[in-house]
Amino acid sequence: MNKLSFFSKISISLVLVWLVLFALIPNFLVIISSFLTKGDTQFLLFEFSLDSYIKLFDYTYLSVFLDSMKLAIITTLIALIISFPFAYIIATAPKKFRFILLLLVIIPFWTSSLVRTYALIAILKTKGLLNALLLFLGIIDQPLEIMYTQTAVFIGMVYTLLPFMILPLYASIEKIDFRLIEAAKDLGASKFQIFKTIIIPLSLPGIIAGSTLVLLPALGMFFIPDILGGAKELIIGSFIRNQFLLFRDWPFGSAASVVLLLIMFLMLALLAKAQKISASKEKQ
Amino acid sequence: MRKAYSSLIFTLLYLPIIVLIVYSFNSSKYSVQWKGFTFEWYEKLFANSSLMEAALHSVQVAFISAILATILGTLGALVFFRYDFFGKKVFHSLVLVLIMSPEIVMGISLLMLFVFISLPLGFTSLLLAHITFCLPFVIVVVLTRLNGFDKNIIEAAKDLGATEFVVFKNIILPNIFPAILAGFLLSLTLSFDDVIISFFVTGPDYEILPLKIYSMVRLGVKPEINALCTIMFIFTLIMVLFSQFLIKERR
Repeated sequence: MNKLSFFSKISISLVLVWLVLFALIPNFLVIISSFLTKGDTQFLLFEFSLDSYIKLFDYTYLSVFLDSMKLAIITTLIALIISFPFAYIIATAPKKFRFILLLLVIIPFWTSSLVRTYALIAILKTKGLLNALLLFLGIIDQPLEIMYTQTAVFIGMVYTLLPFMILPLYASIEKIDFRLIEAAKDLGASKFQIFKTIIIPLSLPGIIAGSTLVLLPALGMFFIPDILGGAKELIIGSFIRNQFLLFRDWPFGSAASVVLLLIMFLMLALLAKAQKISASKEKQ
Repeated sequence: MRKAYSSLIFTLLYLPIIVLIVYSFNSSKYSVQWKGFTFEWYEKLFANSSLMEAALHSVQVAFISAILATILGTLGALVFFRYDFFGKKVFHSLVLVLIMSPEIVMGISLLMLFVFISLPLGFTSLLLAHITFCLPFVIVVVLTRLNGFDKNIIEAAKDLGATEFVVFKNIILPNIFPAILAGFLLSLTLSFDDVIISFFVTGPDYEILPLKIYSMVRLGVKPEINALCTIMFIFTLIMVLFSQFLIKERR
């Protein structure tokens, strides 16, 4: 261990203090407040209570949660199915093209989700591009009403979150030692066997990381249902926002946030496990 | 087959953005049809003083928070790279958790903190929040660069009597500079684009661009927003291209 100089002590304390103040403490505040009571004049009364958690199981709220979970899980699965072959293609593309292909994914990854969600309106609206195209091709004779429906929210989520699935998948597929696949082929493994026993386990960390990066925003990004679903569709994110800004019920909003945190930790635990599995596979 | 599939996905990813850009120059207000080229919407945009004020605020917050997050994040990466200290692993995990953590939870948790310490919501609260969510990205980008760094050089310099600060200034800093700059550009982008966290931690007196767009979009589509979103996309495009080339240079 290095003897710590003045410079390093300052750096350590600055960063640690920042993380404690603005990451650790706020999260503890959420957890603590979820066990408190809503006040009439203040936001919180310091009385212990499990009411907020019990209320989450109330039918009206539970159905919001289950619908939101369903939407998020389907979004994640669709994004995974679309992205996997795509990430595989990029990861196995000739080296000279790979950087440019990857760049083409990184650009939408960093582009504002709000801008990308907004951009979909022109495609999906009744007099939009999609309907114009479908009418022109004679596939439909009446324009489809997609905007302000659950379908629009769904398309919006998959479209907006797709790059968040592609990038982690790419990162883990790129690391696969492709000699393993060659060896398996020489030993007579079928394409399906190779996919099941080599490619999937070795890209598992990417699958879980990508699923986490899609699932959590799909539960929380309230502006997507707001803009594309006409705010009819409530997701957990909109619910939390309303509890904090509309109904001023901090404990209830906090309890819902704790659910999101729990889902995050569950996904992180899965990720750690997947990394172990793929590391042990590599050694074999 | 491979080419067809990847082209299809790239088309899906880019089509809405390209349509948005094209429409921002379309002289017809609502129709899908192309009615001629115009700069009208851009002119209207720049004449809209409340939007311009929000844009100025966004630029201010983005620059200041990116600079501070970059300084803090670089120090953080150095700390994680060079020193062992009590709780290091916990803090390193905290950084990773912070990247994964749902934006909405970060938003409301910071809102609660600011209310507790009676910090009025506005510029300062926004700045603190933006530094916090940019910080882990800078740490990761700089730390990745540092991990490719030969620690022996540092030991050699120390044996020759260099102080910690001299080691930092003359050896480490020039080596990791591209990563620091990349972290800065990515922070600028993150801060400039953020909706959800800002939604909770800014007040009515300090409006920023993404929130302004959000409230306008909810009231319906306006061609000025197409123009504004086009500008935001071009901004991101430049930042990302620049930062990716900086990160790539090391390979």
